[in-house]
Amino acid sequence: MDGYDGVWVFAEQEDGKLADVGLELLSKGRELADRLKTKLSAVLLGDGVRGLSKMLIAHGADEVLVADDERLGHYTVGPYTKVICDAARARKPAIAVFGATTIGRDLAPRVASTLTCGLTADCTDLQIGDYEDEKESKSYNDLLYQIRPAFGGNIIATIVNPLGWPQMATVREGVMKMGVPDSKRKGTVTEIDVVLDAEDLMTEVIESEKVEKSVDLKGAQVIVSGGAGVGSRENFKLIRDLAHTLGAAVGASRAAVDGGFIDHDHQVGQTGTTVRPRLYIACGISGAIQHRAGMSESGKIIAINSDAKAPIFDIAHYGIVGDLNDVIPRMIEIYRKKSAH
Amino acid sequence: MGFDCIVLAKQVPDTANITGDAMKEDGTVNRAALPAIFNPEDLNALEMALDIVEEHGGTVTLLTMGPPRAGELLRQALYRGADRGVLLTDRRFAVGDTLATSYTLACAAKAIGTYDLVLCGRQAIDGDTAQVGPQTAEKLGIPQMTYVDKVVKLGDGKVQARRSIGRGYEVVEASLPCLLTVVGTANEPRPPRAKLLMKYKHALAPSEVEQDVMVELSSKAGKKADADAVQAGVAGRIEALRKKGLVLEEWKPEDIDAKLDRIGFTGSPTRVKNIEFVVIKGAETKMVEPSDEGLGQLLRELVAEHTLG
Repeated sequence: MDGYDGVWVFAEQEDGKLADVGLELLSKGRELADRLKTKLSAVLLGDGVRGLSKMLIAHGADEVLVADDERLGHYTVGPYTKVICDAARARKPAIAVFGATTIGRDLAPRVASTLTCGLTADCTDLQIGDYEDEKESKSYNDLLYQIRPAFGGNIIATIVNPLGWPQMATVREGVMKMGVPDSKRKGTVTEIDVVLDAEDLMTEVIESEKVEKSVDLKGAQVIVSGGAGVGSRENFKLIRDLAHTLGAAVGASRAAVDGGFIDHDHQVGQTGTTVRPRLYIACGISGAIQHRAGMSESGKIIAINSDAKAPIFDIAHYGIVGDLNDVIPRMIEIYRKKSAH
Repeated sequence: MGFDCIVLAKQVPDTANITGDAMKEDGTVNRAALPAIFNPEDLNALEMALDIVEEHGGTVTLLTMGPPRAGELLRQALYRGADRGVLLTDRRFAVGDTLATSYTLACAAKAIGTYDLVLCGRQAIDGDTAQVGPQTAEKLGIPQMTYVDKVVKLGDGKVQARRSIGRGYEVVEASLPCLLTVVGTANEPRPPRAKLLMKYKHALAPSEVEQDVMVELSSKAGKKADADAVQAGVAGRIEALRKKGLVLEEWKPEDIDAKLDRIGFTGSPTRVKNIEFVVIKGAETKMVEPSDEGLGQLLRELVAEHTLG
């Protein structure tokens, strides 16, 4: 669109530490900016965070737009939305990408609504390409392809936003690969305006409590994951036992989490964590595309399912058609015997 | 005191229960085989609203945008104790992205008039975007609190709610009116009340009546029914329902002052360029017998190549 230029990545930070997802998105943003022959800007909001600019430039940003203000110290939706929208109206980026974190999913929609622009959530890929609007007989070049699995399993949708710019997208952590930082990279740091009145403040944080995550799925090399087929919270013990035997982390499909078998920290998939372990064992998981989006790049995949037609077998390297209540105890016993030698 | 609550809900295909049966030969999902349900987190939002009104007084209005059969959500809400339901249904609302949908819902909320709280589920199980809540709040010019699992305090023109945000919790406060998006862990939605179910089970929205009459007359005639006959049939049925207080409220763009270029497909900046049916077939899957021999062989292989320790 005329007058719009540049790729923005929201550099999410908390307590002075940059979130991984922002750095991952800078790598992707670098690719997009190079393809469009334009500038990549990291957008950084916070209190006393100017020093983080160096890392953002090392990860690919040509420019860091900084809003450093006491009122931006702890994320709240009102001030962050106002500052970002003011900057977007002034600078007119063509593309603006946010991590699909709890902050990103609170902030990006409000920004998109304020700017009346299009936003696609949970993209698994971003590309640049052309678009033919047959209805209006119009051609568009160099649009952002916002690619994501869509409801319906086995469907990948490519979404474009020809006229409602900036073209906005959110991407979950772990989906894009973080590049290697280059401390020799040069870039500029620009202060952006922070104009906030009482109404913009909107919400106030009364108290906050951090709870350590009970499991580190991202770092796990072996994951044993349970799905709806496990049947109950009690029966999830089988999954835990196998994981314990193999020195693996415990994962779960969304169906298992929604069914109350295990908490959300263990969820693997498009709306959970994206993982790339050496070995992923899917037990009683049907393999809906949203789950596959979170584990399909695992080194080796073993699927155990009593339904021979389950889609998980399409991506499994090893398929076991059987009852997990029988197969898992067998595997545990065999492995234990082996280890005893 | 009392708080007037508007609950935004969506009727969605039951994507949580896709089994082998719902899959077709070509590996795609047979949508027709999936039942349409009340989006689960919207039911949690309704529950939160009903709890608030039970404790403090006030009203609960259920608002949904969808095809005529979404009228079922109004009945489901009325069975659980909601005071009012409004169905936004019209071809011009259809195929809207989240921006167009939130614009429509905001217009409807403004048409409803005064409200203290707007509640909706965090996200719908088909789109999974979690965008409509925040975007509707922005269009109404009110604060939003997402990922709410508990209302901590309500009164003095303010609401305090606890947000469940991944690595912990935070309690946030805002002035009313305010929009809350509610997560599935917030509460256990109540079942329908038998008395209310008996009372409202025959309640219908005008568009639902029209669909029913069209289907009946068409199947009788063996061809598409004549428009006048349908209208006459519809008018008669609606009159009968009205006498019993069983006509559900239904609104069109004109009823909510919605600009036509901001609703539906026309009001949507995002477009689906294409959809690909991806049948992911990597290397051939090696099938393993679920026997001691088969599993033993598999484990030996994995250990040998250092995939397993």
